Amino acid sequence: MADQKEVKNVSITVDGKQVTAPAGTLLIEACKTVGIEVPSFCYYPGLSLQAACRMCLVRIEKMPKLQTACTVPITDGMVVTTESDEVRQARKSMIELLLGNHPLDCPVCDAGGECELQDMTFKYGAAESRYMEGKLHKDEQQWSPVVYFDRPRCILCYRCVRVCGEGMDVWALGVQNRGSGSVIAPNRDDHLECEECGMCIDICPVGALTSGAYRYKTRPWEMNHIGTICTHCGDGCKTTLGVRRSDTGTDIVRGDNRDKSGINGDFLCIKGRYAFDYFDHPARLKQPLLRKNGQLVPVSWEEAVDHAGKRLREIRDSKGGQAIGVIGSNRTTNEENYLLQKFARTVLGTNNIDHHRTADFAGLARAIAGKENATATMRDVFTAPAILLIGNDPTEQHPLLAWNIRTNVRLNQAKLYLANANPIKLRRQATRFVQLAPGREGKLVSFLNGDDAAAGSLTNATVSNDVLKQFRDELRSQQNLIIIFGSELQGTDIAALVKFGAGLKAKFICLGDYANSRGAADMGVYPDLLPGYNAVASAVKFSEEWGPLPSAKGLSLTEMAQAARQGQLAALYLVGSNPIADYDFDPAAFRNTFIVAQELFLTETATLAEVVLPAASAYEKSGTFTNTCGDLQLLKKAGDITGVKTDFEIIVRVAERMGADIRKLVPFGGATRADMGQSRGAQSGEADRHAVWLAANGMEPRMSPFDPMAILDEIQRLVPGYEGSRLNLLAGNEQHVTAAEHSAAGPGDGLVQIVPSNDTLFTSGTLGRYSNTLNSVIENHRANPVDQEVMAD
Amino acid sequence: MAISEKLDAFFSEKMKEYPTSRSFLVPMLLYSQDEIGYVSDEVIAHLAKKTGLTELEVRNVISYYSMLRTKPAGRYNVQVCTNISCQLRGADELFAHCKKKLGIGHKQTTPDGMFSLEEVECIGACSWAPAVQVNYDFHENLTPQKMDAVLENCRKKAKQ
Repeated sequence: MADQKEVKNVSITVDGKQVTAPAGTLLIEACKTVGIEVPSFCYYPGLSLQAACRMCLVRIEKMPKLQTACTVPITDGMVVTTESDEVRQARKSMIELLLGNHPLDCPVCDAGGECELQDMTFKYGAAESRYMEGKLHKDEQQWSPVVYFDRPRCILCYRCVRVCGEGMDVWALGVQNRGSGSVIAPNRDDHLECEECGMCIDICPVGALTSGAYRYKTRPWEMNHIGTICTHCGDGCKTTLGVRRSDTGTDIVRGDNRDKSGINGDFLCIKGRYAFDYFDHPARLKQPLLRKNGQLVPVSWEEAVDHAGKRLREIRDSKGGQAIGVIGSNRTTNEENYLLQKFARTVLGTNNIDHHRTADFAGLARAIAGKENATATMRDVFTAPAILLIGNDPTEQHPLLAWNIRTNVRLNQAKLYLANANPIKLRRQATRFVQLAPGREGKLVSFLNGDDAAAGSLTNATVSNDVLKQFRDELRSQQNLIIIFGSELQGTDIAALVKFGAGLKAKFICLGDYANSRGAADMGVYPDLLPGYNAVASAVKFSEEWGPLPSAKGLSLTEMAQAARQGQLAALYLVGSNPIADYDFDPAAFRNTFIVAQELFLTETATLAEVVLPAASAYEKSGTFTNTCGDLQLLKKAGDITGVKTDFEIIVRVAERMGADIRKLVPFGGATRADMGQSRGAQSGEADRHAVWLAANGMEPRMSPFDPMAILDEIQRLVPGYEGSRLNLLAGNEQHVTAAEHSAAGPGDGLVQIVPSNDTLFTSGTLGRYSNTLNSVIENHRANPVDQEVMAD
Repeated sequence: MAISEKLDAFFSEKMKEYPTSRSFLVPMLLYSQDEIGYVSDEVIAHLAKKTGLTELEVRNVISYYSMLRTKPAGRYNVQVCTNISCQLRGADELFAHCKKKLGIGHKQTTPDGMFSLEEVECIGACSWAPAVQVNYDFHENLTPQKMDAVLENCRKKAKQ
C-alpha cells in the first residue's frame, strides 16, 4: 500500500465476458468481479496461496492443461473458460477423490447445511464413489475446551493452518505425516496451546474443526441468525448469534462470524464467539430483589420499582439531588446511557453521575475539539500506511485492532511504530519497537514533540539516543499516520500527542475497555460533561429542550464514595457497574446509602443494594454501541430471558414512579404512527412483517416509551457528530461518529481518574466471571502452563 | 540428546549460503541424525530456534521423510526395498526372511540394539534387485543366504 506504483489494468475474457482488473490480480478474484464464482476450498482471500484442493481448475486458451485459477495472475488477452464439460468433469473427479476418505456423516455433522464440500457435491454430483478401499478412520479429538477435531472429515485445505499462523500469528496448527496420511496436528502433541480464537473453526470449509460450545447441539437451519455487536471488549466486532426458542424464552446456541459483514471482516476472538454463555448462567438474576429485614428477597417488578421510585423521590425532595449519585455502565447502549444521564439531571436533579473510566475519552475530546477528521475508524487501521501505538496490549485487550494491525502489516507492508513498557506480542510486526520504563509514555510524547531533554528518561540498554531519534524522524516523515494510545496517556499528554500529530494529518484512536465505554463518554455519563462533551456550565441547548438543569459540576465516582463515607450520599443509583470490585472501595462506607442496582448478577456492589433490578444483557436488547474508535453500530435483540427487563425500560419505569413526565424523558409517539396489525386481529406474523418493512425504510414506529429508537432520534438531534444515515445503521453497517471532534468541553480540571480493567483475552469483567467457556479455558491454561510465545515464521 | 558444538558451528556457517534459513532445515536434520542416530526432541527444539520456525513445523517436515526418525534405530539399520523391481525378484521373501532371522518386524529394533529393520520404497538399485541398504551401504542381488552373510558380517564388524 505504502509505496505502490500505479498498476496498469489488464483485460481478459472469461466465459465470453470482458474483465478488466489491475495486473497481478489472481484469476479467481478477477472472475469474482463479474459475478463468476470459481469454486475452491483451499483458496482464501488474504492468506497465502496453497493450490492444494484443485477445485478451481479452469481452461485457459493456449495452456496445455487445466490451470488452478487461484494461483494464476491474469495477463493481457487471456481467454478463460470456467464452465464446460471438461472443467465440470475435472471438478467432479476432485470431489470424488476428496470423498474417498470422507465419512459422509452429514446427518450428524455440525457443518451439515452450511458445508462447502456438501454444496460442491450437490453441484457437481460425485456422491457415488468408485473406490472400494476402506476409509481411514480416526476418532475425534478434543484439542482445547473450545476446539474439537474430526480427522475423517478433513479435506486438508490448510486454511486453518494458515489463518492460525499468518492471520493470528499463533502458529499452533501444522500438518503431520505429510503424504497420503497427512493430518492436521496441534502444537502440543494432543492439545492446542493458543489464543483459542476459534478462527480455525470458522474458516474450516467442512465439519473437521468444530466448536466445543456448539457441537451436536442443533442444525444451522433450526436457528435464527442475529447479527449483533459483541458485548465484551471495545472493538465492536459483529457477532452472529444463532438463537433457538426454549422453555424460558430464546436461547443463544452459538456465536460466530457468519456473514463477515461487520467491521471485523474475517475476524472474531474467543469472547465474541463463545463468551455469550453468561446469559443463562445459573447465577443470572431473573427476579427483582428487595431488602426486607436485612435480607434480599424476591419480589414482583411492581413492588421493586415502586419502592425504588418512592424512596428516590423522598430523598430528592427532602435532601436535594446533590445527595444522590448515579453510576452508569460501560456495557449499556448509547440510548440507555443517554437516558440515564437525562434521568439523573432532569428527574433526580443531580450532576453526580459518572462511570468506570478506562480511558480518557474526555481528554481526547478536549484535545481534538474543532478539528476535522481527527479520529480513525477501525477499518482505517486495516489500510493505514503507518501506525503509531503507544501503550496497551491489543493482542490481549483489543484483539480486532491487533488483527487489523497484523493484517495491514502483512498484506500492505504498513509500518508499525511501537512504544510500550512491555515486549508485547505486536512487536513481531513492528518496524520499530521502543521499550520504555513503565509510566514514561508521556515523556516519549514530549520527546516526539521535540523535547530532546526528555530522552534522558527514555534511554536504556536497548534504547539509545539514536534509536529514539530514528523513531521520531521516521514518524515525522509519515503522512496519514494513525496514532493509537491506551490508558497510559491522559489529559495533557493526549493534548501533546495531538499537537505532534497535527503536522502529519494523523488520526487518533483512544483505547478504552468494554463494549460501550466510548458510548458512555460520548453520551455524557460524566459529572462535568453533558452528551457530546458539552460542559454542564454552558448547557443552553440541552436546558432549552429539557428544562432547567443543575449547572454545578457533580461528584465523580471516587468523590461519591468519599461522600458516602462522610454520610452525605443518601442514595446511589447503579446501572451495570461494580465499583466495589473495580475501585476496591470499602463496602462499609455505603451502609447508610440507599442503593438501587440494575444488574445481571449479584455482584459485590449489588449485594449492598436495597433494590436489585434484573437487567437484560446487550444480547437481549436493541440499541446502539459506539466502539472505542467511534464507530456507531446497531445492536439487535437475539436472546430472550424471562423475568429481566432492559435497563432502558427499568429507568423509564423508575422515573414514572418518581412522578416524572415520561413523554419529556422519552420523546416517543411523535413520529410515524403505524398500524402494527392490531386492527386486523391477532394474525401472527403480521406485526413482524410490518415492523421489518418499517425498519427497512428507516421508519421505526417509536410507539412505546421503552423504544430506544425514540431516544436515538433525540441523540441525533442534540449531539453533533451523531447525525448520519439511520438507514445505513439499520442495514447493519457502522457509522463513524465525531462527537469528540465537535466537543465543547471547556478546560479539564486536571483530575482524571482512569482505572483500566486490564482484562486479558480470557477475562471480561463481570460477564467473564460468569462465562463457563472463558473460565474453562483459563483453567485449562493453568493445567497446561504456557511456555514462552511461539516463534514466528 | 544434543548435537556437538562442532556440528552446530558448521550449521551456523553453512546457513548463510541459503536464501532463507529454513531452506537448510532438511540437511541439518540429516546431519544431526547421522551424528546422534536419530532426531531427538532436543535437536528439534534447537533447530526450530535456529531457523525461527515452530517445533510443530519442524516435526511436520520430519514427518514427510521416512528416512528421518525421531527414535533411535539399531546400530545397523537394515532397509529392505520392496518396490516393484525388487518385489519381482523376491524382495518379499527376503523381507520375511529378515523378520524371521532377526525376530523383529517393520520399524522395530532387536533387544540388543544391534539391528533395526525397515521396509522401504525404491532405493534406486533396480538393476541389481533385490537390494538392501544397511546404514549407507548397499547390498545387491540378494538371496536369503546372501542376506545371512550380510547380517553376519555386520555382527563381526560390531565386535571389532
